Amino acid sequence: MTELASTNALRATMDAYYRSLADAALRKTAPVAWCTSAGPVELLRALGFAVHFPENHAAMMGAARTASRYLPLAHAQGYSQDICSYLTSDIGAYLAGESPLKAYGLERAPAPDVLVFNTNQCRDVRDWFEWYGRELHVPVVGVHSPRSIDDVTESDIDSVTRQLESLVAPLEQVAGTRLDDARLMAAMRASRDAARLWGTCLGTASARPAPLTFFDGSIHMGPAVVLRGSDDAPAYYRTLLAELEQRVENRVAAVPGETLRLYWDGMPVWGRLRALSTMFAEFHTAVVASTYCNSWAFADLDPAEPWRSVARASLELFIARSEAPKERYIARMVKFYDVDGVIFHDCRTCPNNSNTRYGMPGRITERLGIPTLVLDGDVNDLRCFSDEQARTNIEGFVEQLTDARGATSARGSR
Amino acid sequence: MKFYAGVDSGSWTTKAAVIDEEGHVLGTAVTRSGADLAAAAERAYATALANSGRTGDDIEAVWSTGFGRNTIPFADGSRTELDCHGRGVAYYLKGPLVVIDVGGQDAKVIRLDAAGHRLSHRMNRKCAAGTGSFLDEISLRLGIDIGELNALGRGATESLELSSFCTVFAGTELLTLIRSGKRPADLAMAAYRSLVKRIVSMDVLEGRIAATGGVVAYHPIVVELIGAACRGEVVVPPHPQEIGAFGAALAALAACEEHDTSDTAELVQP
Repeated sequence: MTELASTNALRATMDAYYRSLADAALRKTAPVAWCTSAGPVELLRALGFAVHFPENHAAMMGAARTASRYLPLAHAQGYSQDICSYLTSDIGAYLAGESPLKAYGLERAPAPDVLVFNTNQCRDVRDWFEWYGRELHVPVVGVHSPRSIDDVTESDIDSVTRQLESLVAPLEQVAGTRLDDARLMAAMRASRDAARLWGTCLGTASARPAPLTFFDGSIHMGPAVVLRGSDDAPAYYRTLLAELEQRVENRVAAVPGETLRLYWDGMPVWGRLRALSTMFAEFHTAVVASTYCNSWAFADLDPAEPWRSVARASLELFIARSEAPKERYIARMVKFYDVDGVIFHDCRTCPNNSNTRYGMPGRITERLGIPTLVLDGDVNDLRCFSDEQARTNIEGFVEQLTDARGATSARGSR
Repeated sequence: MKFYAGVDSGSWTTKAAVIDEEGHVLGTAVTRSGADLAAAAERAYATALANSGRTGDDIEAVWSTGFGRNTIPFADGSRTELDCHGRGVAYYLKGPLVVIDVGGQDAKVIRLDAAGHRLSHRMNRKCAAGTGSFLDEISLRLGIDIGELNALGRGATESLELSSFCTVFAGTELLTLIRSGKRPADLAMAAYRSLVKRIVSMDVLEGRIAATGGVVAYHPIVVELIGAACRGEVVVPPHPQEIGAFGAALAALAACEEHDTSDTAELVQP
């Protein structure tokens, strides 16, 4: 694998974010809001909140493979092994009095002044935040989004817009300040620019060879998630994009000797990100794109129409959609990135981000004539993932695609 | 005449096969895998060689397969068991085919096209139900040797169902049935039905079906029940337990032939 030089800038950007979070929590430099990853973060930034994302916090535990220590603590509280392992990792870490942010001086996640959710992703985020609301006696506010949407309608947008607007007064009260339109527009611009740049970065992987993989994307999407609404995010993505464009120009491959190209649908297996990345590289197979990384490319945010455009973006999000638009989306991506096959990760504890359970892989194969593979696993709970079985499945899939290509070229040469 | 070999390092047993350049099986062997996979592979290979009347010096190449395929020091190459089971069956049976392999630790459904190329595969989820481990557990509960289970099932007279998806829960269900005085023969058959129910739900099983693996080799009832569930004939190829090792030997043969062809091709290039 070819490491991206921008990783250093990424590290600096993320470090600065975590330090600012620690400052807010420890030195009270700003009120702290916790927000779901697809929540109304621009509004929070405009009100001067330092924003913590429990999903990012949980992903850090997954990647560090510490989640397995925390999961049982949440399960013992009555939170099932079958619900979101982000939720159970995060609540478990809280119960253990630990946090991956210790390196930044935080023994625990930064104490919140308010918890803000959007159920466009799943119901679990609300339950998750309400647990903390009860535990910490902190107000919980949120947007109750419709889910499994076919076409996003004006009435859906109206509903979410009104809910977003209704958050302003309680959040102003917690922040102790009035919402400034200019600050909101600035946050919207920063979000939009970051989203567009991030989308362009991901789009470079349509080149052959691809300059980055899904595994790179899972790491480099950090600013697109936690720094939405901040100028630091577009600044970072300008750096990354320059490097990726240079790679495309010089034909530098993220996976040297790229032979096969795959698309990944579903969550990463955080505790095996490196291992899977290495395995695919060993097979000269580039997982060039994913639904997951592209989910943070909210390109249509409009500073001139903040409420409605945030509402529309949150409703148009892949995870909030029904099977038909999801299928069309994956089909578009498969064509755009020109892949040989699709891997669907059936994430045990995240049904909302597992598009394997209502026949999608079969429909994609039928619709596009492209092979698909379903991998069993989980985002954070490694007890749901078998290294051996995953390896055999992946290696077998690579064999199948390679043989099929050989058979096609043999037929073509006759 | 040239000779090739394959070793299938499975979770329970290690299999080996020696073939000639036409794919005829000259000798096979099966041994327990245990904790030392390399030693088990050595044993199986040595036995297969002895059974074939050949020595290691006669063998052009040895390829490996199975979950321990990358731990066999003397292997010249490897392919997954998905490939080797398909390859082995396709040698005997014309496609299109659906290959069902029921092993000790996993079950697989492999689809092959008319030319024997793999179209797709499905593996069981991370669960023992639908695999040989399940039958082991049931034998333990019934207090019999696994080798007696098939004969015991043949004596079934009452149709009982184990409804659970989970091996542990199925074991508990079995205890309930034992307490209610059900006959061991009917319980054994219920266990087989449960295993097959799990297998036939892995994929749509239509067309020509072939069954392989240790469970198929030693538990013919499983083949009959799959056939009944799919309303069709299920074919068992020769040496179903060693079919993966045979497929690995065929992969070795194919790789050597390809190599020979490419060498020749190189010579005729301008």
